[in-house]
Amino acid sequence: MEIDPFIFRLSIFILSIFIGYYVVWSVTPSLHTPLMSVTNAISSVIIVGAIIAGLAGNPNNIFNTSSIFGFLAISLAAINIFGGFLVTQRMLAMYKKKKKSK
Amino acid sequence: MLSANLSAIFYLISGVLFILALRGLSSPETSRQGNFFGILGMAIAITVTFLSIGNFSTGFVVVLIFILIGGLIGAFIAYKIPMTAMPELVAGFHSLVGLAAVFVAIAAFLNPEAFNLGSPGNIKLGSLIEMSIGAAVGAITFSGSIIAFLKLQGIMSGSPITFKGQHPLNALILISIIIITYLLCSTQSSNLFWILLAVSFLIGFLLIIPIGGADMPVVISMLNSYSGWAAAGIGFTLENTALIITGALVGSSGAILSYIMCKGMNRSFFNVILGGFGATEQSASSQNKEQRPVKSGNADDAAFLMKNASSVIIVPGYGMAVAQAQHALREMVDTLKKNDIKVSYAIHPVAGRMPGHMNVLLAEANVPYDEVFELEEINNDFANADVAFVIGANDVTNPVAKTDPQSPIYGMPVLDVEKCKSVLFVKRSLSPGYAGIDNDLFYKENTLMLFADAKKMTEDITKNL
Repeated sequence: MEIDPFIFRLSIFILSIFIGYYVVWSVTPSLHTPLMSVTNAISSVIIVGAIIAGLAGNPNNIFNTSSIFGFLAISLAAINIFGGFLVTQRMLAMYKKKKKSK
Repeated sequence: MLSANLSAIFYLISGVLFILALRGLSSPETSRQGNFFGILGMAIAITVTFLSIGNFSTGFVVVLIFILIGGLIGAFIAYKIPMTAMPELVAGFHSLVGLAAVFVAIAAFLNPEAFNLGSPGNIKLGSLIEMSIGAAVGAITFSGSIIAFLKLQGIMSGSPITFKGQHPLNALILISIIIITYLLCSTQSSNLFWILLAVSFLIGFLLIIPIGGADMPVVISMLNSYSGWAAAGIGFTLENTALIITGALVGSSGAILSYIMCKGMNRSFFNVILGGFGATEQSASSQNKEQRPVKSGNADDAAFLMKNASSVIIVPGYGMAVAQAQHALREMVDTLKKNDIKVSYAIHPVAGRMPGHMNVLLAEANVPYDEVFELEEINNDFANADVAFVIGANDVTNPVAKTDPQSPIYGMPVLDVEKCKSVLFVKRSLSPGYAGIDNDLFYKENTLMLFADAKKMTEDITKNL
């Protein structure tokens, strides 16, 4: 009997939750704000779905209801991707160690 | 055109890069590299999607234009946003993830062929369930985050909004969501899909309005978690590994942060979610409002005390963010250090409006992160310190949490500020904190109240040092 591909995806999902659990506990509390902004940015990988939806229209008429929702989602996710990664970078650049020469 | 197997492998790679992005945050040194991994993972995922579709016609250009529009807006926000507004920003971003998830689910529902999910009205059952979950959680994330954003931004009152029958109503709506999902899956009716979305938007809204402003750290973390589960739901629909891995990571990340925040307040998750904390306690505290003597001083007194100290611990809180006092504070600390006074910062887990809020503000003001300590690391040092300088924090220093079992904050871990030889407490008035309880610290022998705006007071002290 063949195993449903869903089971494989479920396995990935469950194992990723465990990875997330251990990785996030190892994040230092002082970086919890950048953690939130970066998780925000990476969860916008949902843009993948938005791109598929956006490009699904037929070549003569690329704007049908479904692809318009796709395009809107692309923009929303792009705000998050650029905004999320850049603001995280801006924050992380501020974390400095004490200068030893003091 | 990329084969399905090859693109799946690339999606897996970007998922792994996302794990490394979070892993990098275990220390500030590795964090910048981590962020780079995240960006790389995203770039791979987007490129692979284009290549696997292999359609470089007009549609491709339109997609790029939409990415560009979003990207410019995002980049603009990222550079303009003041660090004090980080909680609002994150709440706003959560709402976008939620809405994007909803839109993708709508697109998939209207045009399932594009995603290989069957045909309209005949979508594969499993996909339809996954899609409904993704859409519903996305919608809840969206409307909940909007409310959180409005509350943080001050457009909506931060005080909890409660009404009679709130909890039964919410329970009813949640049950109806399950029933609608069930009916939707058995009938494939598009009307039910829209109803499901509408009801989910409504419940997101209703779930967040009863939660008070100072519980926002939990709310933001929780919405962070929701946005992850929504992404995972859509990931299952699209059979996309990158999205499933990311969703799981973000979901558990938000859940852990909520847990840490709840522990920081010694409250159960459900207690926070059911809401109405600030509202009920206020009335209780106003009953026994006797006038107790407080010692108040000015910048001169404060400067005198600090000049004669050998170690000072700074306790920042949300008030510092409101007054934008972090730069003034760092200047004061610089002056103290010139006088060979040891200075460290003590940060309570729930100080501010989101996890790690104070750390970012101090980092912004060029405070080295190895001078900043978490509650457990520094709490024993208060007994040996000469001066504690409390700026904008309140409830997290209240000794009542250790002494009075009747108090609503009893059992909450607090900073042992009162053990210092002297306490300087910068505050605008004697009004209680968000928990609505008097802070015993105000009336202690060794406390000197500095009634002023946090920023102005700090500047004045620096002048007097």
